[in-house]
Amino acid sequence: MAKPIRSGSDLMKRNLLLFAGFSLLVMLAPQFFRGGYLMNVLVFVGINTMLAIALNLLLGYAGQISLGHAGFFGLGAYLSGIMTTTFSMNPWEAMPVAALVVGCLAYLIGFPVLKLKGHYLAMATLGLGIIFFIIFNETYEWTGGPSGLSGIPNLQLGSIVFDTDVKNYYLIWGVTLAVMLFSMNLAQSRVGRALRAVHDSEIAAQVLGVNARHLKVQIFALSAIICSLAGSLYAHTMTFISPTTFGFNFSIELLTMVVIGGLGSIYGSFLGAALLTLLPEFLRGANDYDIIVYGGLLVIMVMYMPGGLVRGIPALFRKIVKREAESGNA
Amino acid sequence: MLELSGITQIFGGVTALDAVSFSIAKGDITGVIGPNGAGKTTLFNIISGIYKQTAGTVLLEGKNVSGFSPERLARHAMVRTFQNIELFGGMTVQENVMVGMHTKSSSGLLACALRMPWSSAEERRIREGAVKWLEFTGILDLAEHAAGSLPFGKGRLLEIARALAALPRLILMDEPAAGLNSQETVALAQLIKRIRDLGITVVLVEHDMELVMDICDRIVVLNLGRKLAEGTPREIQECPEVIAAYLGDDD
Amino acid sequence: MQFDQILQYTLSGLSTGAIYALIGIGFSIIYNATGIINFAQGEFVMLGGLFTLSCLEFLKLPLWAAIPCAIAASTLVGMLFERLAIRPLRQPTPINLVIITIGGSILIRGLAMLVWGKDTHAVPSFSGDTPIAIGGATILPQHLWIFAITLIIIAVNKVYFYHTISGKAMRACSYNRRAAGLVGIDVRRMVMFSFIISSAMGAVAGIIIAPLTMTAYDVGVMLGLKGFCAAIIGGMSSGLSTVIGGLLLGVLESLGAGLISSGYKDAIAFIILLLILFFRPQGLFGKADSERV
Repeated sequence: MAKPIRSGSDLMKRNLLLFAGFSLLVMLAPQFFRGGYLMNVLVFVGINTMLAIALNLLLGYAGQISLGHAGFFGLGAYLSGIMTTTFSMNPWEAMPVAALVVGCLAYLIGFPVLKLKGHYLAMATLGLGIIFFIIFNETYEWTGGPSGLSGIPNLQLGSIVFDTDVKNYYLIWGVTLAVMLFSMNLAQSRVGRALRAVHDSEIAAQVLGVNARHLKVQIFALSAIICSLAGSLYAHTMTFISPTTFGFNFSIELLTMVVIGGLGSIYGSFLGAALLTLLPEFLRGANDYDIIVYGGLLVIMVMYMPGGLVRGIPALFRKIVKREAESGNA
Repeated sequence: MLELSGITQIFGGVTALDAVSFSIAKGDITGVIGPNGAGKTTLFNIISGIYKQTAGTVLLEGKNVSGFSPERLARHAMVRTFQNIELFGGMTVQENVMVGMHTKSSSGLLACALRMPWSSAEERRIREGAVKWLEFTGILDLAEHAAGSLPFGKGRLLEIARALAALPRLILMDEPAAGLNSQETVALAQLIKRIRDLGITVVLVEHDMELVMDICDRIVVLNLGRKLAEGTPREIQECPEVIAAYLGDDD
Repeated sequence: MQFDQILQYTLSGLSTGAIYALIGIGFSIIYNATGIINFAQGEFVMLGGLFTLSCLEFLKLPLWAAIPCAIAASTLVGMLFERLAIRPLRQPTPINLVIITIGGSILIRGLAMLVWGKDTHAVPSFSGDTPIAIGGATILPQHLWIFAITLIIIAVNKVYFYHTISGKAMRACSYNRRAAGLVGIDVRRMVMFSFIISSAMGAVAGIIIAPLTMTAYDVGVMLGLKGFCAAIIGGMSSGLSTVIGGLLLGVLESLGAGLISSGYKDAIAFIILLLILFFRPQGLFGKADSERV
């Protein structure tokens, strides 16, 4: 009678297998695009995947929006950049220090910010992002202002200097895969469930003993730390950063990635990041007009595919199959 | 088990509850009844920490818990269910119950994300615990379904299973029979008795008089924000004030 | 000398503040009628200025005719936006509404870039550019236009909301949408109305400010956000509080830019925004009973 329920270890095995397959594909990819221009783009896909996952943990799992995540990304990049240039620190030391600083900062501002809900939270985080952006522009004695900060050293492991696209690809994707695994583990755990519970019904979660407020702040800080890490990696692979990368528009682009890929899905974040990073490459002729595509995609996805590509495409596929079957029967 | 004294709640000049006092014995099923607008739900919201009362104290197992947040009360082994069932619709039935075990587990964010051995062991324990409560409420066959797609009656059972997973010593149920058909209500009555047999104290707000008279050991009647009567089901049925209040309400 | 400077900053701050107030009232009207914060509000400000430009340059209309045409065109965009993006939304959760209004604003901005290009355009002022001396400070005739038109709009607004049936119906919606629906108010029509009024007001703001600041496809973002700050300071009221909020913000910004540092001018608005949201989410003048948090 009762259908046997899948045990936890079965589920875990299936997920691990999927992840192993994905990692293998990622690691083999350079074989196909050896040295091509696309390698450089794929490095950005990795960085954007990390950032989209960071925002997705907050938005897709905990249900809390942020329109200021580019700010944390920029903070990580600038802290890393300044520590390794002005203070000649080792990049491997600068990255965790930057992450720690950003994490603490996010934790502290998280308390007042996450008391807000919905539209007000959106506006507050947007304001935060813009304040960060203004700081990057105005503290030019540290950041170089609008003209940017250059001469940031590459990362180095023993005698390997990460200065080519292929080497950077492995570096960035190594970290990205780690972030993906980390986030998937989190999502399928006690804490991840509590987060999703807060998303669905904050009051019911609280009644069951979930400290919703603290959990939201924790995940906000974690999300900021991942952004900071991505920012540091960005700074050390590009060796040059300037404020325009970290503005309001990029926060919106991140939001678009998460929504297009699918809220609450880690692979969805990869899909969204990949699509939005590769799209402009294919729309080369339309240089500045990709902004219209973003806007259109956001509107269309929310209206017709609110689950994102990761759920929408299989659903669409099932619908088509069903329709075929029905017309076959008739 | 639970002692209320002088609970008063005033909403912008309107007195919703006026010095309500009563106590609930360990292991009893207590029903709180009263006509619409009697203040039952307000009282529940105060006990479960959702509202903060204007005056009065709540003692839980002798400890003053007035003004405690809901999550803190959960750690003191008190949980509640909602009239309009509040499920986590985006999660599976089993995952819902697993959230119920939040206070009975402790792995932190990093331990979970890094899949530390102790957190994996705990995860197994949570999963097995959830199965146990799904079995207890008879919805194990739905474990893999999305909670959001359950019919109302099953959703009610899931909400109870989820609350039980928190291993409460006191469970508050806000109109558990609301929206159930007569068959489901009979099954619910049995379930509530089995919950009591586990040694869990049950307090329920309910409109279904048949159910209340059938399962409750004691009944508290509220009317217009005041306590009208208190006693065994038989005493309440014969109490003239209660009959008057209910007939008066029936206009 | 010092006093004259402060006077000058205050005067120009007041005129920018009036613009913020108009945009802020637009935010509030939609918010009160629908519970939506319309992130596309700033785009109507941009459209107002740019449509005026097109009417002047391509249709060769005189200014007095170009302005109503521009308002009508922007309002039409507002109606379309409500009809095509807001109304068909199947799951109108706050997050979906935030995303869709952001998506809509990007789309409108992108289309504006296609139509008008990325250049900054100058719009002629309404009645010349001869400065007028006030005390030790000077203002332009356009400043006077801004003050006058803002005053008129606020007055018309007041009359509409308190003395007409449809205005009263909209206020009813803002108190309780379900109850308003139950007593026979067509809530969907009120939602549409709120978008019409707000986009028209945004367009007016864009038209009267354009001669002073020039205009371009992307001016809507910042102006929209500042307008939102004004509305937050005013507790999302569609009346006097938001006007005061806008004026206060304009003056603080202008003084901050002039006396402290112009680079941080935009930061002032957002710091105020955060402080208000954290400490007085009901607005600077509101009672502490609102449910904004």
